[in-house]
Amino acid sequence: MTQKLVVIGAGMASGRAIEHLVETAPDAYEITLFGTEPRGNYNRIMLSPVLSGEKTYEEIVTHDADWYATHGVTCRFGETVTGIDRARKVVLSAGGETPYDKLLIASGSNPFIIPMPGHDLDGVLAYRDLDDTYAMMKAAEKPGAKAVVIGGGLLGLEAAAGLKMRGMDVTVVHLMGHLMERQLDEAAGYLLRKELVGRGINVLCSSNSKEILGEDGKVRALLLDNGTELPCDILVMAVGIRPNTALAKEAELAVGRGIHVDDQMVTSDPDILSVGECVEHDGAIFGLVAPLYDQAKIVAKTLLGEAAAFAPKQTSTKLKVTGVDLFSAGDFAEGDDREDIVFRDPARGVYKRLVLQDNRIIGAVMYGDTADGNWFFGLMKDGTDVSDMRETLIFGPAYQGGAAADPMAAVAALPADAEICGCNGVCKGQIVEAIQGGATTLEDVRAQTKASGSCGTCTGLVEQVLAVTLGDDFVLPTAKPVCTCTDLTHEDVRRLIKSQELKSQPAVWQELGWTTPNGCHVCRPAINFYLLADWPLEYQDDPQSRFVNERNHANIQKDGTYSVVPRMWGGITTAAELRAIADAADKYNVPTVKVTGGQRIDLLGVKKEDLPRMWADLNAAGMVSGHAYTKGLRTVKTCVGTDHCRFGTQDSTGLGIKLEKRLWGSWTPHKVKMAVSGCPRNCAESTCKDVGIICVDSGYEVGVAGAAGMDLKETEALAKATTEQEAIDMTVAFVQLYRENARYLDRPYKWVDKVGLDWVKARVVDDVENRMALVARFDLSQTVYQKDPWAERADAKTQRAWSALADLTLEAAE
Amino acid sequence: MSWIDIGSIDDVPVRGARVVKTAQGCVAVFRTAADEVFAMSDTCPHKAGPLSEGIVHGHKVTCPLHNWVFSLETGEAQGADDGRVPTYPVRIDAGRILLDGAELAKRTAA
Ligand code: SRM
Ligand SMILES: Cc1cc2nc3c(=O)[nH]c(=O)nc-3n(C[C@H](O)[C@H](O)[C@H](O)COP(=O)(O)OP(=O)(O)OC[C@H]3O[C@@H](n4cnc5c(N)ncnc54)[C@H](O)[C@@H]3O)c2cc1C
Ligand code: SF4
Ligand code: FES
Repeated sequence: MTQKLVVIGAGMASGRAIEHLVETAPDAYEITLFGTEPRGNYNRIMLSPVLSGEKTYEEIVTHDADWYATHGVTCRFGETVTGIDRARKVVLSAGGETPYDKLLIASGSNPFIIPMPGHDLDGVLAYRDLDDTYAMMKAAEKPGAKAVVIGGGLLGLEAAAGLKMRGMDVTVVHLMGHLMERQLDEAAGYLLRKELVGRGINVLCSSNSKEILGEDGKVRALLLDNGTELPCDILVMAVGIRPNTALAKEAELAVGRGIHVDDQMVTSDPDILSVGECVEHDGAIFGLVAPLYDQAKIVAKTLLGEAAAFAPKQTSTKLKVTGVDLFSAGDFAEGDDREDIVFRDPARGVYKRLVLQDNRIIGAVMYGDTADGNWFFGLMKDGTDVSDMRETLIFGPAYQGGAAADPMAAVAALPADAEICGCNGVCKGQIVEAIQGGATTLEDVRAQTKASGSCGTCTGLVEQVLAVTLGDDFVLPTAKPVCTCTDLTHEDVRRLIKSQELKSQPAVWQELGWTTPNGCHVCRPAINFYLLADWPLEYQDDPQSRFVNERNHANIQKDGTYSVVPRMWGGITTAAELRAIADAADKYNVPTVKVTGGQRIDLLGVKKEDLPRMWADLNAAGMVSGHAYTKGLRTVKTCVGTDHCRFGTQDSTGLGIKLEKRLWGSWTPHKVKMAVSGCPRNCAESTCKDVGIICVDSGYEVGVAGAAGMDLKETEALAKATTEQEAIDMTVAFVQLYRENARYLDRPYKWVDKVGLDWVKARVVDDVENRMALVARFDLSQTVYQKDPWAERADAKTQRAWSALADLTLEAAE
Repeated sequence: MSWIDIGSIDDVPVRGARVVKTAQGCVAVFRTAADEVFAMSDTCPHKAGPLSEGIVHGHKVTCPLHNWVFSLETGEAQGADDGRVPTYPVRIDAGRILLDGAELAKRTAA
């Protein structure tokens, strides 16, 4: 006897299930198909090509009216099922009651709409069905129309790319640090972003939406929580989906995140089955069609009384944006028992990463060249032991025995106009020309182009250009790389960050061919410094790439406590400040109070969780952090000078204070200490500082590159300044030149030794225009970084972050 | 196992750590770039440096005091250094970090 099957939802999963049913047993069921959308089943995943104009709706229809008629399916399209009466076995809809013997719920998902203010304005769209797609296409017809897409996942990016192709001005706002973070690692996310930005799409990561602004009931702009307003005619929200479980819940079926089904796709009611994105199977919910097609097969078999069980398989992802080649599958988190094989070809914009565990591939991410994606995916699904092909695995099936990764790829990838030698403004093209014209050694190139002839820090790069151009005819001298993550030296990395305009950590990892996913404790602090020094406005400082002291804004000590040193400008303090320091010492039980070698007071032995409160107390008394813990300006020691001393020639105390107020807060390759003495008796010990000034009757003798730590060295004379302002400008310019050029952890005396004092003088003393340009760049950086870290952290949030996450002392004792 | 909710994943910085105080000393809870969590004793076997203050790279942490590197998974010191930090079962459920109280209690028993 034919039974009645009612199907709720004419989507991709039910479409497949019905196909299996009618093909295997055309007469088993009398099928009634309800669908909210006023049309039959179409290939939902192809909506993106429809949006971009590469396909039409007609081309993506999977079941047309003929098909339903031929197979005797009664279609109730445009009719939403509003209730299920399980006792009487009928479903309710506008057309009345429809009885069933078996019911199949295939209601899919609902797009999640963030309930922020303005979410119900006209022009706020989801991206789920044909109507959404048409609404977007309509909006794009208006010339100059703007769209904002919230969500940088699969759907959001397909929407953004499609709208861009239709001529809209598109901005993507993404909460996380990189795009498609669930499918891609940082490196692939970086490349994807670069591609989209290259197409003119504005991409904002780490950005939080606050409110949708409207006008006359229509969306006008999106407001971010940093205050930025993004004007738009439509706003597409693509932030995720939620299984559509409303009907099932109301009918009191077992529902968790989705409708609970067993391996046979049967719900908690034996006559009701469910399939597709609305189900939850064994704790998992689904968002891609591959597993849904498997479910459809199982549900059809179950309906026909055949034994079958659904077993989820791994899925892989591709982004359907023409010209973007991206592939992701499996688990690509790092692990100790896991091994990464990373291949980067900066020249072609290729990144491939395989994650291996027990000689089997468990994850793969690739960008730029995904031809081998399915081969890897196959090896992964089959759990193939790859020990034998390991060496060449990353090159794919065609390449067994292929080339090894090229350590010079980063230099090979540079365009001809990339500047190699900053001192003499020589770009790669000129060097290549010289080599093609017969230069075969570093000296030849230097003689002909001047490249590497000045400070010499680009020597490594010039040699690499020689090697790349001459091939085997040039033997590359081995320079010491930054660490085992790269073959490049610090100097190479600094130059490349500038000439390739690399402005983020992932950009450095990818474009310079790093062999680890995110560096190590040796390279990360250095790269973080280079990026913030070169791109103060664009790069965002990363505390997690800093050593403990700079992250916690205090010096860690051998027992894990910290020290607190307030700034005493030029060594000057007041009774009120000393009182506040004494009060803080009492209040926080400071075991040791010490006068430092840098003319200020150190409060040693403070507990981490007390730091923010102590800072707030000292802030309240007008004091700021002394940065006694940074690679940055420490102290400017002074003597009493003309104010009191009978030998003083200039206001050494005043100049010291001015310098300290100008320079504090700036980050430098290593720490920087200064001193100003009022006369050559040199009571402030200026002659062993990074910058030391000695006042004389006729002006100021500015010395640089002294040392009094592990090495002992007298300063060298940089110049004599006639005015105080000139002395300040030279000092600031010297520090900026040091910030822009020195390698991380070189004190100024080591750096000057490498580049030569004459080179420094040419830039800071002789060329006044260049001096002022250095000063201007320093001041620009200070607009971002001259902030008292104490004041910035004297809040409840830091108080929490600086305290224990949880206190289980009671629990664990039980 | 007895899972104790110690806080939200958002409370731990990416590539960073926070400590949980226990009667037997601090336990460091780490979060990696890929949003996984690991828990181990906060005390470095070398000279008791607070591991939660180290730089987290990959599945490793570098001690802030003298740069020994430890695996977050096994607690084993890497490279030439010799030592092991006790690790504890920890997991994430719906954005909450759960630490195994039973294992913590064993710490005193052992
Ligand atoms: C507090 C102080 C000693 C004192 O009680 O006087 C001090 C304490 C430390 N010094 Fe110093 N130095 C202090 C003045 C000096 C001086 C003298 C000066 O500044 O006039 C020098 C020699 C000049 C110089 O800078 O080279 C000095 C040369 C060093 C060095 C060697 C640097 C070098 O390049 O050779 C280090 C190690 C390093 O930085 O890598 C160091 C490192 C340290 C550290 C930060 C060790 C560390 O990394 O943990 C000490 C922190 C102790 C703590 O727990 O707070 N300290 N240190 C002085 C703080 C000055 C201030 O007010 O900020
Ligand atoms: C733009 C876009 C691109 C995508 N790209 C990909 C991709 O590249 N790869 C991939 O694997 N997946 C992709 N997906 C996801 C894929 O489309 C879904 O996984 C799949 O469509 C889910 O099938 P389903 O049958 O469960 O739900 P649906 O296809 O959504 O069907 C459910 C249907 O049920 C209807 N319905 C709901 N409630 C009722 C009710 N009470 N009464 C009547 N009808 C109701 C709905 O209107 C809907 O038509 C994409 C999705 C979108 C939106
Ligand atoms: S000299 Fe400086 S680094 Fe050495 S023990 Fe004294 S304070 Fe510490
Ligand atoms: S205390 Fe950890 S390395 Fe020394």
